Amino acid sequence: MNESRLMTINMGPQHPATHGVLRLLLELDGEVIVKATPHLGYLHRGIEKLAESFTYNQVLPLTDRLDYTSALGNNLAYCLAVEKLLGISVPKRAQYLRVLLAELQRIAAHLLWLATHALDIGAMTMLFYCFREREEVLAVLEEATGARLTPSYIRVGGLARDVPPSFFTLARKFVDRFPQRIDEYETMLTKNIIWKKRTQGIAPLSAADAINYGVTGPVLRASGVNYDLRKAYPYSSYEDFDFEVPLGKNGDVYDRYLVRIIELRQSNRIVIQALENLPEGPVLSDAPLITPPDKEEVGKDIAALIRHFKIAAEGYTPPVGEAYGAIESPKGELGFYVISDGGNKPFRMRIRPPSFINLSALPKMIEGELVADVVAAIGSLDIVLGEIDR
Amino acid sequence: MADPAVYIRERFPQAVYASGEAKGINYVTIAAEEIVPVLQALKEEQALSFTMLTDLFGVDYGSGPGRFEINYLLHSFRLNRRFLVKIRLNEGEEPFSVAHIWQGANWLEREIYDLFGLRFRNHPDLRRILLPDEFIGHPLRKDFPVEGDGSPFVVRLEEEGP
Repeated sequence: MNESRLMTINMGPQHPATHGVLRLLLELDGEVIVKATPHLGYLHRGIEKLAESFTYNQVLPLTDRLDYTSALGNNLAYCLAVEKLLGISVPKRAQYLRVLLAELQRIAAHLLWLATHALDIGAMTMLFYCFREREEVLAVLEEATGARLTPSYIRVGGLARDVPPSFFTLARKFVDRFPQRIDEYETMLTKNIIWKKRTQGIAPLSAADAINYGVTGPVLRASGVNYDLRKAYPYSSYEDFDFEVPLGKNGDVYDRYLVRIIELRQSNRIVIQALENLPEGPVLSDAPLITPPDKEEVGKDIAALIRHFKIAAEGYTPPVGEAYGAIESPKGELGFYVISDGGNKPFRMRIRPPSFINLSALPKMIEGELVADVVAAIGSLDIVLGEIDR
Repeated sequence: MADPAVYIRERFPQAVYASGEAKGINYVTIAAEEIVPVLQALKEEQALSFTMLTDLFGVDYGSGPGRFEINYLLHSFRLNRRFLVKIRLNEGEEPFSVAHIWQGANWLEREIYDLFGLRFRNHPDLRRILLPDEFIGHPLRKDFPVEGDGSPFVVRLEEEGP
């Protein structure tokens, strides 16, 4: 083919539909994409390098900023890895609260995904509907953690503090009304002929290709592969909860949409179960060298003051070893591989970024397709540049 | 129940340097030259079927022989378990690419090249992925300071395209 016939289009890094600072170089033959080359790194902040200079607790706020649509999930994955390294277990109440918060966070992340994905395709109403619910979820999370986007609430050993009683009222109110809201979204999109024409058969990814690229999360499940870490490698008492994992058939944009909508419903189910079955008890492990004492104690008791000071200033030293802690984040398998050399800072902290690996399959999905479908394809992958670039 | 560590020891006895377990995940450390046949066997052996490359990442131990370690974290749907393969490399050694076994390895190897400076032999497209193309240095190496090495960040406009 004659090189000069191909037109090169640059998409990004500033672009409303790339969901972050992603740059895509598209070589087109007419309207058909011949080659797509993603250029990354516009949000690279060196988090893995920074982690080697921070104590284990200081690293935690960095994890909020990876997949910033789902911060509590990142906290949880990191804490699972460090808790494995330390060999400590987390009390049941903390585990159930972690599940509750992680699923609320999954709802928030999927709502943001649906809002922006539909907006990119042209259905602007969805943005307003989904963000209305997302505001409610963020208000619930703020009640517990004090922050909407950077909670740093799931800590090594449990949680930063117990949730206040007002949290349960707000959470209950949300989950009671949410299923009807999902029905509203489905009414607008699922059988909508315009939506179906823009998403069915678009950017397909076969199951074999998905596995070969290492794709995980809703994209993998939409291609028909039953792999959800909450079922395959259960963590934080997920085995106590009753929920289904939706699978798609065709691996196209429409199937990824349906999988995430069903996941919204299932997450709501899990939150209701967590609210109803929440055990009493402490929310921090009984590990005095690792978990800080109660704030009231620190003001009154010298031993608590010393303990608090030591943990804040020096931190703790996990034994030499390596551990991998992974969760099913809204984007896929988010894993932290932490290597300890016996010191108070991680020797190496590797972040297994689901969006990065899912994005590597994008050229496969759009080469040979029309340029008008690129936006739908990127949206269906649900990528977050914070996690891709770290 | 098929055990990948036992299988590798039996099929590639000369290649295995060590084996062990890291908090629930079994691993083997093998000779870097054997990485392609070992990973191919782990993927294709029916009883094992480690068809998913969950992660591929590097570690810099700072100095000495075997300074760099590359970890291949695999997952088998058939066995529902993970397995880790490690190789160690000296300064200047070039590992073999496994991008032809798993497409996902392509970008992951590029990231290791970008941040550690390890060149992968037979890689289809070895270039930086996160840092700018003109960047000099490999920041995840232990001898690269976390504050940066002081080189200026050059911003230039690209030439017009074809």
